[in-house]
Amino acid sequence: MAKKKKEKRNQICIVTVTGIDKVGIIAKLSAAMAKANINILDVNQKIMADYFVMTMAVDVAKASVGIDKILKQLDKIAKELSLNITFQDENIFKAMHRV
Amino acid sequence: MRISVEEVFETVKMTLDHHFDIRTVTVGINLKDCMDRNLSGLGGRIEKRIIEKGKLLNKFADIIEQKYGIPITNRRIAVTPASLLLEPLPKKISTAVGLAKILDRAAKKADIDFIGGFGAMVQKGMTAAEENLLNAIPDALSKTERVCGFLNLASTIAGMNMDAVAKFGHILKKLAAKTPNGIGCAKIAVFANVPEDNPFMAGANHGIGEPDYSLNIGISGPGVVRDVVLQNPDCDLTQLSEVIKKTVFKITRAGELIGREMAELMGIDFGIVDISLASTTSAGDSVAEIIEAMGVKQIGLPGSTAALALLMDAVKKGGAMASGNIGGLSGTFIPVSEDAGMIRAVKSGSLNLEKLEALTSVCSVGMDMFAVPGDTPAEVLSAIIADELSIGVINNKTTGVRVIPVPGKKQGDIVHFGGLLGSAPIMKVAKSASPKLIARGGRIPSPIQALRN
Repeated sequence: MAKKKKEKRNQICIVTVTGIDKVGIIAKLSAAMAKANINILDVNQKIMADYFVMTMAVDVAKASVGIDKILKQLDKIAKELSLNITFQDENIFKAMHRV
Repeated sequence: MRISVEEVFETVKMTLDHHFDIRTVTVGINLKDCMDRNLSGLGGRIEKRIIEKGKLLNKFADIIEQKYGIPITNRRIAVTPASLLLEPLPKKISTAVGLAKILDRAAKKADIDFIGGFGAMVQKGMTAAEENLLNAIPDALSKTERVCGFLNLASTIAGMNMDAVAKFGHILKKLAAKTPNGIGCAKIAVFANVPEDNPFMAGANHGIGEPDYSLNIGISGPGVVRDVVLQNPDCDLTQLSEVIKKTVFKITRAGELIGREMAELMGIDFGIVDISLASTTSAGDSVAEIIEAMGVKQIGLPGSTAALALLMDAVKKGGAMASGNIGGLSGTFIPVSEDAGMIRAVKSGSLNLEKLEALTSVCSVGMDMFAVPGDTPAEVLSAIIADELSIGVINNKTTGVRVIPVPGKKQGDIVHFGGLLGSAPIMKVAKSASPKLIARGGRIPSPIQALRN
């Protein structure tokens, strides 16, 4: 059973970057997050099956803009750096990967 | 514990490469309280309700899609079986067609592509209103775009209504003649043991045991499962069952999470998660290709039924662990026209009608979206339906038939239906089968399996 949504102070989302590693990925993402008042909680990266994968856990509870604006900004960065960037609520991963 | 990079990547890769999505979110809507002795009175009330809920459905589906980064591919509405709404109204074909048009208009205004429920439960017998609905099907489905129909012609408890089965053969022929390439027939499915909470078209309806509203969800399709089978080319079948089970667990959990949240946002009951693997015409999103990835050269060849049985069982085990609300059809669809692997198999001769029928004995949901020559007699269509529904009746399961007799086409021709419906090679079928059997009519009594009390 999925957990019932609790009213929490944190609303954690996961930014996932896949593609080819290059200079400035974290710098650009951090700048975008700071501008939207989004706190970065954790950053991880790995090479898996020829993919460069970086995940960034962020807290959007105090974000100054809506998800649609964040997504637009991330799309822009993805295009500039020829990467794939997704932005998803952490609960989807918890539901799928935790019993 | 925070989610690891590997876990995140697994989910993201499913979306990027393997069509991971929520296949359908369907809102069931009760319309019983809208009944009236006057069609316009009924129409006004149901239109208002459908448009309101349909708009909400689209709005919240967009929000959830954005939040979780998972596409919600289809948003649909299922309503109370139309035959019930027709009970107090005049038994005229024009009335039933009028109701279909109202449903169509409401769906269009709400920007919902398909609305299900233009159907009836006639497994044991027909009321005058139900017979009127059956007679109206050719006009109702040819004069509307978005309305889908269903008929329950048999059940384990009641047996099979062979009068209705015989009649439906003729209805199909008329409907085929009224629509280009017989496409209207793609909008109606007939069943044995139809579920009341199935979120998938064409058979979706909001049954009489349902609450005012319910939100039902269909999980992602075969692409994700096919990938995991391809990633395990050498393991034995016990292990293969295990990896399929784990994958289906994950995609069902995603469906469950999104379904519950959608229901909460809309302020309605969460109904069920349907764990059926539903093919699409997209490359790789094919149940036949899962069977082939398991090691069968082509679906339809010996080995296919065993492989499909293993797949089906693993899907159910993974799904049942992931959600306490599994329901609907929860089988595996093997629609011919909508599955690239099935189309190839029919073209190459590996898959014929008889093997298709055999496959449906171990999976839901029956013989789906297959095309036969336009000159196939009504009695042959009825006989195909009777055979398929018997499998459901005797085995306590749902089976269905969605067959398209394509006017002017012969065996081996290819018909392109377009869009979600794909294209179908015309399959070989007997020119005459059981005219005397079908003409007998009556009811095939409920089987001994029904006596379980």
